[in-house]
Amino acid sequence: METILAIVIGGLYGTGLYLMMRRSMVKLVLGLALLAHAANLLIFVGGRLVRGVPPLVANGAIAPPDGSADPLPQALVLTAIVIGFGVQAFLLVLLKRGYTLMRTDDLDDMRTTET
Amino acid sequence: MISGFALAVAAPWLSRIAGKHGGNLLAMLPAVLFAYFLGLVQPVTGAGPISEITRWVPTLGVDLSFRVDGLSLIFCLLITGVGTAVIAYTGAYLASHEQLGRLQAYLLAFMASMLGLVLSDNLLALFVFWELTAFTSYLLIGFKHHEDKSRGSALQAMLVNGLGGLCLLAGVILLSNIGGNTSIVALIGQADAIRAHPHYLAALLLVLMGAFTKSAQFPFHFWLPGAMAAPSPVSAYLHSATMVKAGVYLLARLSPVLGMTPEWVGIIAPIGALTMLIGAVMAFFLTDLKQILAYTTVSMLGALVMLVGINTQESMAAAMVLLIVHSLYKGTLFLVTGSVEHGAGTREIGELGGLRRAMPLTAAIASIAALSMAGVPPMLGFISKELWYESSLQLALGGIPLVAASVVANGLGFALAGVVAYGVFFGKPAHPDPHPHDPNFAMSAGPLLLAGLGLVAGLFPGLLIEPLTGAALTAMAFDASHYHLALWHGINPAFALSLLTFALGAALYTGRERVVANLGRLAGMGRYGPKRLYELSIQKSLAYARFQTNLLQSGYLRSYVMVVVLTSVVMVGLSVTWDKVQSIVVPALDVRLHEVLLAVVILGAALMMARIGASLAAVAALGVVGYGVALMFYLFSAPDLAMTQLSVETLSVILFVLVLRSLPEAKSLSSRSTRIRDALVAATAGGLMTLFLLIVLSEPFQSRLSGYFNENSAPLANGRNVVNVILVDYRAFDTMGEITVLAVAAIGVYALLKMRKGEGGSR
Repeated sequence: METILAIVIGGLYGTGLYLMMRRSMVKLVLGLALLAHAANLLIFVGGRLVRGVPPLVANGAIAPPDGSADPLPQALVLTAIVIGFGVQAFLLVLLKRGYTLMRTDDLDDMRTTET
Repeated sequence: MISGFALAVAAPWLSRIAGKHGGNLLAMLPAVLFAYFLGLVQPVTGAGPISEITRWVPTLGVDLSFRVDGLSLIFCLLITGVGTAVIAYTGAYLASHEQLGRLQAYLLAFMASMLGLVLSDNLLALFVFWELTAFTSYLLIGFKHHEDKSRGSALQAMLVNGLGGLCLLAGVILLSNIGGNTSIVALIGQADAIRAHPHYLAALLLVLMGAFTKSAQFPFHFWLPGAMAAPSPVSAYLHSATMVKAGVYLLARLSPVLGMTPEWVGIIAPIGALTMLIGAVMAFFLTDLKQILAYTTVSMLGALVMLVGINTQESMAAAMVLLIVHSLYKGTLFLVTGSVEHGAGTREIGELGGLRRAMPLTAAIASIAALSMAGVPPMLGFISKELWYESSLQLALGGIPLVAASVVANGLGFALAGVVAYGVFFGKPAHPDPHPHDPNFAMSAGPLLLAGLGLVAGLFPGLLIEPLTGAALTAMAFDASHYHLALWHGINPAFALSLLTFALGAALYTGRERVVANLGRLAGMGRYGPKRLYELSIQKSLAYARFQTNLLQSGYLRSYVMVVVLTSVVMVGLSVTWDKVQSIVVPALDVRLHEVLLAVVILGAALMMARIGASLAAVAALGVVGYGVALMFYLFSAPDLAMTQLSVETLSVILFVLVLRSLPEAKSLSSRSTRIRDALVAATAGGLMTLFLLIVLSEPFQSRLSGYFNENSAPLANGRNVVNVILVDYRAFDTMGEITVLAVAAIGVYALLKMRKGEGGSR
């Protein structure tokens, strides 16, 4: 299963980077979103996969059951998801603003600071 | 010394309050210090060096250990003595200049650094002060910072000195590694071991680089005439009397450690002699008073270096006396030049003449100084020249070229002394300013004092100069008990050489115009000197920097992405060896159909996005990827992640749709070949990430923190969801930072949405 996920992650990285290398700014943002997914999954899978045993402490117990998933990568990824969303939202609005001002989505037309 | 830095800080302020007497007030400090050092002469010459140690950076062996011996005392007296004259002079010279305070601050800071340099016994501390003098010199040369030329000269001096400084640092470190100590006194004790060490030559060359750049030796001499862009008093102080002698000081100081070897004599003496000749010859062809003085300074620095290079007791004594003489007369002449420019409005010798009537006092001062420069008895200059000739005559056959070079250089110096004093102040009156005048008292007192000292010291050499130079010789590990200075040495070969010098000088002075006219064309050769090399290297490095910038900073985001991706691929790729790939053993969790289907869906959606690019369909595909990833999280025991991902994904799809609605349908902007190239790069990067993850998974898994989190979440933090506890408890600060980022992003989003077209950011 890990092998399959590793291939998925590679695919996400590849497509994300490909989109980031395009001239359109919308594609850049889309690519960045894919890259974020790829990185999150990478950390998650790197922390090893466990089926059906989340790191939760049952009532009356003092620790999660043996063989439960590692909580640390999950915590890291959770932070990453939220931050990624913030960045994405900001980028999107910036994109909209840029388009309103410059009437273009082509990054090559945005090389000068003057509009 | 500390008082110098302190006063430097207060100088601009004091200068404003005290008005036109500010210069005299500030000159009190060097005067007091001069008196203090003068008071030290007796104890030092009698009882030996005085030292004082303050630990500064003990782990690096950097101590502020100050040591006053004969050698440093000579320099201290010069620094504070000339400093007094110069600072008082500056106050009057630039009286109406609005940034006078700044100049005085620099001068005081320089004085303090220079004192630190000559007093430090610790090599590393010495280096720090060495660099400080270069730095203050940079500020002083560039004082007229609105002029291109000043800035260029300042930069040139800084770069040349910086190069030497770095070499010196390397040399100092090498030396202290060899000797296991950073104290000069301690190193002198190990001199034999150091001279026999295989790294001796390297250390010597590095130290010489430092000394030669500082003291403007060939081929680094060109920065000194350039440094004349500074105001005259600065030139008098730094670029003739003190700072440029730091190189000579360093050589003299280290001569007991590094000297007395064939390498020392063989490298230093010829370079000094060469510099001496070049400087004197170049000066002979110039017409700007200040440039003439600059090149004669180069010449005399060469002579000093040569004498230190010869490295016998006599030559060292000659060097010490010459050093004092030169500082006295050259400092004076620079100040006189300032006065002439001030009074007569020009520095061109062709336009000056007969100023004696209008500027009697200045003329008298200049004459005394010039007599010393020409080495005429009874000036101190005569004594130094006699010593100089004696010491070179003592050399065996190899000394003959040195003696010949010395006679020629001194002959030229004699002629130039005539040009500077006789030509300008006597002879036919010719000057553009109809009313030349003597400067006021503050401007005359300093030069008068310095010139007078040269005369008095010449008449009574036993008074101060003899004990001082004697103590300096002791500091350089010579036995100075039979050392004696006198004005009259009797008729000997040295005296004959002196007479020869006078004859040559007189002939050169009278024939100067003819010589210059005939050989003037040759002077154009100067263009091909090391200065040209310096300029070329500056130009070329700027051009290279521009080329590099154009290459790397294209301004196209996608090429940056490309560079980053390719760099990472290469770096990561290099670390992936075939062994590692072969040893991949994935701890295979069994494969289940629904999970595989999910993986296929995610991958398919991502590939579709890459194909269709920017459109609502792509956003829908992105949503599919996001939800798919959320499901993956859920399937593999991460319900929190799944929930977060679901809500975030929903929000971002909504946002995307809102924004994309207002954008036009995307066109395909790149050509087919570009897309194929990009796809190849991206696919390689993706494949490498897959490989990377598989290699990571083959390694045994270690999680040191998780055990702690799992055990303590419920008992200590009272939380049953370990992931949540980590976020809000163990890593609460991180989470707070995260919230801040989100808040900032939200504010940014709000501001951008509120801004209407044509408002704020639009120009």
